[in-house]
Amino acid sequence: MTDMSNDRIPLAALEHGTPFADRHVGPMPAELARMLDVVGVGSLEELGQHAVPDGIRERDLQMTLPEPATEAEALDELHDLAQRCRPHAEMIGLGYYPTITPPVIRRNVIENPAWYTAYTPYQPEISQGRLEALLNFQTMVADLTGVPVSNSSMLDESTAASEGMTLVRRAGRAKSPRFVVDTDTLPQTISVLRTRAEPLGIEVVMADLSEGVDGLPEGEFFGALLAYPGASGSLRDHEAVIAEIHRRGAMAVVAADLLALTLLRAPGEIGADVVVGTTQRFGVPMGFGGPHAGYMAVRQGLERQLPGRLVGVSVDADGDQAYRLALQTREQHIRREKATSNICTAQVLLAVVASMYAVYHGPEGLRAIAARTHRMAAVLAAQFRHAGIEVVHEDFFDTVVTRVPGRADEVIAAAKRAGINLRRVDADHVGISCDETTSRDRLALVWQAFGLDTADLADVDDLDARTPDALPKALRRTSEYLTHPVFHQHRSETSLLRYLRRLSDSDVALDRSMIPLGSCTMKLNATAEMEPITWPAFAELHPFAPAEDAEGLLQVVSDLEGWLAEITGYDAVSLQPNAGSQGEFAGLLAIRAYHHDRGESEREVCLIPASAHGTNAASAVMAGLRVVVVRCDDSGNIEMDHLRELVEKHRDDLAAIMITYPSTHGVYEDTVQDVCGLVHDAGGQVYVDGANLNALIGLARMGKFGSDVSHLNLHKTFCIPHGGGGPGVGPIGVRGHLSPFLPNHPLQPQAGPETGVGPISAAPWGSASILPISWAYVRMMGSDGLRRATLTAVAAANYVARRLDEYFPVLYTGSGGFVAHECILDLRSITKDSGVSVEDVAKRLCDYGLHAPTMSFPVAGTLMVEPTESENLAELDRFCDAMIAIRAEIDKVAAGQWPADDNPLVHAPHTAASLVGEWDHAYGRQEAAYPMGTSMAKVWPPVRRIDGARGDRNLVCSCPPLSAYEE
Amino acid sequence: MSLPTHLHYTEEHEWLEERDGTVRVGVTHYASEALGDIVYVQLPEVGEQITAGESCGELESTKSVSDLFAPATGEVVAVNESVVDDPSLVNADPFGDGWLLELRVSENGKLLTAEQYAELTSG
Repeated sequence: MTDMSNDRIPLAALEHGTPFADRHVGPMPAELARMLDVVGVGSLEELGQHAVPDGIRERDLQMTLPEPATEAEALDELHDLAQRCRPHAEMIGLGYYPTITPPVIRRNVIENPAWYTAYTPYQPEISQGRLEALLNFQTMVADLTGVPVSNSSMLDESTAASEGMTLVRRAGRAKSPRFVVDTDTLPQTISVLRTRAEPLGIEVVMADLSEGVDGLPEGEFFGALLAYPGASGSLRDHEAVIAEIHRRGAMAVVAADLLALTLLRAPGEIGADVVVGTTQRFGVPMGFGGPHAGYMAVRQGLERQLPGRLVGVSVDADGDQAYRLALQTREQHIRREKATSNICTAQVLLAVVASMYAVYHGPEGLRAIAARTHRMAAVLAAQFRHAGIEVVHEDFFDTVVTRVPGRADEVIAAAKRAGINLRRVDADHVGISCDETTSRDRLALVWQAFGLDTADLADVDDLDARTPDALPKALRRTSEYLTHPVFHQHRSETSLLRYLRRLSDSDVALDRSMIPLGSCTMKLNATAEMEPITWPAFAELHPFAPAEDAEGLLQVVSDLEGWLAEITGYDAVSLQPNAGSQGEFAGLLAIRAYHHDRGESEREVCLIPASAHGTNAASAVMAGLRVVVVRCDDSGNIEMDHLRELVEKHRDDLAAIMITYPSTHGVYEDTVQDVCGLVHDAGGQVYVDGANLNALIGLARMGKFGSDVSHLNLHKTFCIPHGGGGPGVGPIGVRGHLSPFLPNHPLQPQAGPETGVGPISAAPWGSASILPISWAYVRMMGSDGLRRATLTAVAAANYVARRLDEYFPVLYTGSGGFVAHECILDLRSITKDSGVSVEDVAKRLCDYGLHAPTMSFPVAGTLMVEPTESENLAELDRFCDAMIAIRAEIDKVAAGQWPADDNPLVHAPHTAASLVGEWDHAYGRQEAAYPMGTSMAKVWPPVRRIDGARGDRNLVCSCPPLSAYEE
Repeated sequence: MSLPTHLHYTEEHEWLEERDGTVRVGVTHYASEALGDIVYVQLPEVGEQITAGESCGELESTKSVSDLFAPATGEVVAVNESVVDDPSLVNADPFGDGWLLELRVSENGKLLTAEQYAELTSG
């Protein structure tokens, strides 16, 4: 007889194991109960009812999503999808090339949470590792391009070229609106340039520069983009063309292939003002389009015009060298509509990979890889000539274009049968690009695909011996590069392994501490979500391969589009934008195109509340809109009377309002539906910035409460890791009337509507290879799990707010006294009384082994805390206890027990080295380093407080010489 | 710091000093304190015509970027290359070595006396 009575768990449940949601959500049920008790509510549901306004809350919302899968089940499904992908030997070229990611880099960077879960290095004292890696990246780009100042990555080559276009326009003195583009530019870049140029009133003028200077158009232009090598593979000497561009008062942007530059004269040596491109083939898998790190470098004199982020060298409080982000004030969060660009996050993780590829191979190794690539192409061409097949260009680096009248499709089909994808240039021309993985055997397969019999072929090794390089003499590189010791010291795997570990040990990522950065949503990036992204089936697909090769990944795309539409209440989603900033731009372009389509092109005013993130304003300007600011009241909410006034005033030219919900101040505003109604009545469209979507999922949907378009941040809400400052993914959701105006792509028609606004990213589905992360998250959470995550995030923020309010007043709350998923702690009166600043508190948190919250955004003199649902009670308490202890320290300063200029706050953070020397401070060593007692988890900051002004005044943006490290 | 009384001031926190046929322009001590550590100064070119009240340059500090508004209409006849090379001069000596540019004025903008300016910044 068996007792099967009361506590029987059905086999179905046992088989399921622990639901993933229980792993993703940090607090256990008992912990959550304690948190809710402090917040003063009985349940998560009750909290939702109190915190979220009735008007927008969808009661008992059941999103139509699949039942949650376990980690094992989700991975099995992704395995099946991966099997429906068939990467070929991708010889299509066009800016994407097979490359070998050194396994030591794949495992210890791409697959290592110490690198991928870090945030943008806004707290440089605990980010020295990735700052050093980025400085290596900048040095690598500057050396190879021959212009001195590189930023720390761009989103991709095409957007980098577009930023180059706008950079030379604002930096130059030419008044003409014309920008000349070399016809041999990558086709996706030409299309992205057109998308960007049109709303800014820039006229793109195509010019065939194959014959040099005479190809330049008559009349004025402000700049020109030259391809080096060209999309066709053709190598041309641009020196005379650039000289003529300068003579005519314009500037030259050169799009260059970094690997080719190891063999070719640097663009800086032939006069380039700006150099752009991608570092993809430096060890970053193609991934069906991304993510990869684009790059941009400029000549002396243009560095303050650089968009994006720039790492610079400064010193810390002890006078030791330290790295930091330089020129931050040029970013859009300060300059808003006057920003140089809307770029925020870039592609840090991928920039780190590319820089480490250069560190590992060194200049000799890179040159050898380039030589292999070039020699394969040279021999490929020689064989074609030997067999009587015409090769179009004499001079090339890696790409050969053949003329096969009427036979292109037949050749490409034959190659595909042999497992190789070639480029169809047109019905008569086929392009073949070589790379780091090309072998003699593969060349033989290519020749077979062209119908050449083995008998017709010359012996490859003979051919190799008698075929000269196809690089023109005048373009051969003579200058050195990567001479800095870092590119020579880590060429053994042991050495690189230790270098990577040493760098990541300097940093605080999610694997060491909660990162309670407000508006950043630093939640769990689960390992099960991360694993698939390096699977070859997803990683080795070329973005312009036939769609059938990527069937499984395109299923991920279409599932995710559908799920995101369901979650947000929109009708259609585009996953192309590869960052939040690009999503904003795409969404506003859709609005603009909608008005134009209706014959209302005079609608050009974009209302933006004073509390908005500065990127909104910068994006609006890029989309050709005029920003008008709506005032906010003392509690940070939109001033409705002012809004009414502005809507009335702009009844005829109102294009849109751009709001964030919950607001940038972390509050569910009651008036959001009124705002939407007012704007719609005046003929405007509503853009809701999805930055704070983590407070809405399962409770309310923007597409249902009045918004027309939103971008989402998959790197916030949907678990794509921040990578230390990228990758991001910023898809947009739209209601049906805007869906004809989503982005599309010239090389993959199914990537968007025919009526679309053009591509806004280089790749058709943006950063496609990391979409499985968000797919897995939704697949494993299901509707209930997502809703639980939202409510737990709101509970955690309210818990922190309640615990800290008496020490640091919470600045804004909603009408019920609750915050949304984040809270702002007001330090202004504390600073006034004690002299202790927000920065002092942030740096002091380093001594406590914690990462600071967001400083002085959206309100100067405050800290914004967003704990997310993934932190358990112990970690929330560790943070709160540290903040409370810091408040006690502040009180000692205010009371005069510690001098204002000698206390653990003003001297924070403390390095181990700073403790071992002479100690003549008003506080003890243990108070400095172990403020919570010696049993606390200790993370030693590698440097003291960094001098920001000095770094900005003396801009050094590449690796300092070794002498700088000497004592 | 007491305000030099021989100077004119603007509501945009600039000072003007009448010199022999030209006017020298800088920002006040109050402005340089409010901006914080100035790291970059962008000035108009010599020979450029600037218009009172319109932006003619930028002052960038570690925490903000601020427009430099032309305090009068006229032609730029000199710019202080020393502050371009060492922007910290604006913080260290705003009324002296930290001057920004010199103008040949064709039309004055709205000017304040030292007393009026002191009142403006006392609130």
